Amino acid sequence: MNVTYYPGCSLEGTARDYADSIHGVCAALDIRLQEVPDWNCCGATAAHCIDHAASIGLPARNLKQAAQLPNSDMLVPCPMCFNRLRTAVWEQKEKGAQTDAELPQIWDLANFFAAEGMIRKLSAQVRKPLKGLNVVCYYGCMASRPPHITGATDYENPQSLDRIVAALGGTSVAWPYKTDCCGASLMISRPDMGYKLVGKLYDMAKRVGAQAIVVSCQMCQANLDMYQDKIEAEMSRLFRLPIIYFTELIGLAFGLPGTKGWLSRHFTDPLPLLRKGGLLD
Amino acid sequence: MQQTGLSPDFGFLERAEAAGPFNAAECFQCRKCTNGCPATFAMDLYPDQVIRLAILGRKEEVLHSKTIWVCASCETCSTRCPNGVRIAELMDYFKELAVRLGIPSPEPAVTALHQTFLENVRYTGRVFEGALLPVFLLRSGQLGSKLEKGTWRDEVKLGWQMFRKGRLALVPKFIQGKGEISSILRPSK
Ligand code: SF4
Ligand code: SF4
Repeated sequence: MNVTYYPGCSLEGTARDYADSIHGVCAALDIRLQEVPDWNCCGATAAHCIDHAASIGLPARNLKQAAQLPNSDMLVPCPMCFNRLRTAVWEQKEKGAQTDAELPQIWDLANFFAAEGMIRKLSAQVRKPLKGLNVVCYYGCMASRPPHITGATDYENPQSLDRIVAALGGTSVAWPYKTDCCGASLMISRPDMGYKLVGKLYDMAKRVGAQAIVVSCQMCQANLDMYQDKIEAEMSRLFRLPIIYFTELIGLAFGLPGTKGWLSRHFTDPLPLLRKGGLLD
Repeated sequence: MQQTGLSPDFGFLERAEAAGPFNAAECFQCRKCTNGCPATFAMDLYPDQVIRLAILGRKEEVLHSKTIWVCASCETCSTRCPNGVRIAELMDYFKELAVRLGIPSPEPAVTALHQTFLENVRYTGRVFEGALLPVFLLRSGQLGSKLEKGTWRDEVKLGWQMFRKGRLALVPKFIQGKGEISSILRPSK
């Protein structure tokens, strides 16, 4: 199956682990990723905050570029990019501008993998079920909100990651902070705010007995993973919670050889937990 | 001109709605937006108060507030508002307006980061993370204070760790359509 793929800027940098795991898992599932030709940045938080025209114009150029490929599905791993692309489509429709009938369906990556047919494919390829792994699924903001943009119907209690974890043989523990904001957009300019929001998430994850947090957003991942030391120091508590991409979990359960390499890029080391659980040598 | 409660600018909301529409006039002050907002601890006005003041034409209070800048854009408010008020989008409109009117930001670091980010995109077409933080630190004037307090070491350490773990690209990727990008972005001042 060929699909159009819009990686977004951070998958070429901070989120290389996410990018590599997506490529690895898609290859295993025979999904061929065709990158949007000469794609540009979606503008992210900065554009929608201070340059509205650009926040529509930048993703609109990507849609135009994507139209060069014949595929009917477009996979977007970054929830921010996903959100901005869908906003551009929505606003162009709203303003009555012609929308391209050739436009592919824009998918949030986790939702694509959680669709029924894909879940069956996932279960069929599991070689090492994630037995004994208790995680919480963390969805953050952008893949589900606002629902008129994302098309989400279960936006207060999303299920995609939970379904994927279950298909892989793991256990996702219920918790109340599935969709609470991690403050990613403020982590650099107001780290005090970011620390407070993330600290709250760690605390709750621990309270419900999670061993790791599963994410599908590279901003959430970086935010929860890279500053964990600092937040621990600030709160005088140790959390040591690995922040794992759902695609890495798929790699683990499929027994893909690249998985260990992806996981070694994390700041909060997930390897001890996975070794102890017998999920990785 | 400093606006007082008695000299409201009633055109304020009208002009905003023409740019939106944000449905602000539908607000019946139930405070559902504020009750779910994760950032109230850093705000000087609650989200429902921003909406209320906008309706009342109290432009200066809105545009000078910290709230519009420390809003985390999480969209919880817009999602939950029973009247379809697009609160988060309205906050964005206010930020952009404040920048256009040259109102000094009460959260200079937040504003500087957005500006640095877009300049970065203008230059390469994609974000080059390797330059984002250093340029931001220079631009926001935080470099000086970090040097003074010695906290610059934290930044260097983080950068080094990212590099070691292969999470920092060292060269920017220039796209072919760079010319298109600079015509999409508003000219920088
Ligand atoms: S939730 Fe909507 S109606 Fe209620 S106070 Fe906020 S903006 Fe007004
Ligand atoms: S979008 Fe901003 S104002 Fe609305 S709930 Fe989130 S942080 Fe609060």
